Amino acid sequence: MFNRYADITGNGLWYNNIGFVQLLGLCPLLAVSSTVVNGLGLGLATTMVLLASNMSVSAIRHLVRQEIRIPAFMLIIASFVTAIDLAMNAWLYDLHKVLGIFIPLIVTNCAILGRAEAFASRTSIDRAALDGLMMGIGFTIVLVLLGGLRESLGQGTLFANAHLMFGAFAESWKIVLIDDYRGFLLAILPPGAFIGLGLMIVVKNIIDDKVAKPSVMLATDGLTSADSH
Amino acid sequence: MLFTHMIRTAAVLGIFALISTWLVAITFDATKEPIAASEKRALLRNLHQLIPPVMHDNDLFTDTITVNDPVHLGIDMPLRVFRARKNKQPIAVAMESVAPDGYSGNIFLLIAIRYDGSVLGVRVSKHKETPGLGDAIEIERSDWVTGFNGKSLSTTHDKAWQVEKDGGEFDQFTGATITPRAIVKAVHKALLYYQQHRDSLYIDSNKQER
Repeated sequence: MFNRYADITGNGLWYNNIGFVQLLGLCPLLAVSSTVVNGLGLGLATTMVLLASNMSVSAIRHLVRQEIRIPAFMLIIASFVTAIDLAMNAWLYDLHKVLGIFIPLIVTNCAILGRAEAFASRTSIDRAALDGLMMGIGFTIVLVLLGGLRESLGQGTLFANAHLMFGAFAESWKIVLIDDYRGFLLAILPPGAFIGLGLMIVVKNIIDDKVAKPSVMLATDGLTSADSH
Repeated sequence: MLFTHMIRTAAVLGIFALISTWLVAITFDATKEPIAASEKRALLRNLHQLIPPVMHDNDLFTDTITVNDPVHLGIDMPLRVFRARKNKQPIAVAMESVAPDGYSGNIFLLIAIRYDGSVLGVRVSKHKETPGLGDAIEIERSDWVTGFNGKSLSTTHDKAWQVEKDGGEFDQFTGATITPRAIVKAVHKALLYYQQHRDSLYIDSNKQER
């Protein structure tokens, strides 16, 4: 048990990553990950909601009866999302316009209710906070990687529109990988998101296999297939 | 026993609803002004791309009227008209307009028209057209929309207000005809509307209200 914090961190970032392993919240993940900046924006907004909702859910876990826990969690999550939606509209107006409907739709990201119900409502505030933060960062990493993949293949750039998020001085962050790139439409459209995510999961599983093989070569077969459901 | 249990549970949920509502309410209150300011800044930035600040000396943002003419503008929606004046003389208007027949829904436009009825510039403010194809209507992606600059009903007769494919004089772009077709149509409609209503569009809104 003394290893819990490290476990929570590892789970959020890698072993139980929302995007790679749990495959939750795919709707915003696939829709918004067309560029690095869009992915980062949605990822950070989701992280803030996860952190705030996990902490609140954990704080009230002794007050809420079983029968009403889901509506109470939904109320908490929905109000945090609304607050963050309003705040982004006020202070990150252009990015908010780009992300559009996907900020309010964070409410429907089942990963958030999932963490509240499966983890935060059963543990102390500090652990719930760490879990929310790490799950959020894990999700953000997937969004940014997928955004980078799709942006570089689709438009031949990286970090385009960074000024929407970081202010005017970030306009020069844009990297043009290939001059006069004609664009690769498939990567920008939704199928490109599915294919890209699939490829990334393949890479993750290959890495996991490589790591797992030396130690538990014989036992893995039965265990991993049971784990994955 | 069951009844008190129910009441207590409901009360807890009610308290949560109150706290959540309060949280949303204070956020709404705190962000109300920044949001309005951001919206105004973004709109002014778009307006000033079309009507440069040197051309006028009034406040574009407040000198507006709202028109709604589904028959001639093709959409049943209140649209704002920003009027630019210099020394009280009318210079140009920037009209909000909507092309309702884009490839995926409405395309929101801002169309600036000089007093004499020629196009000063067109910008797409919001659209859902296909990325990589239809989004060439954005000024950030291609200079297609600048093709309208200087055009008017006298330089381009009614039949020529179409894309080249339909026999008009405006480019379509490879792979997307529906999107440019919708915009050409909307700009044409706006010019026709302007021609018919020019004088009433510049009327001082205060006078109009009285």
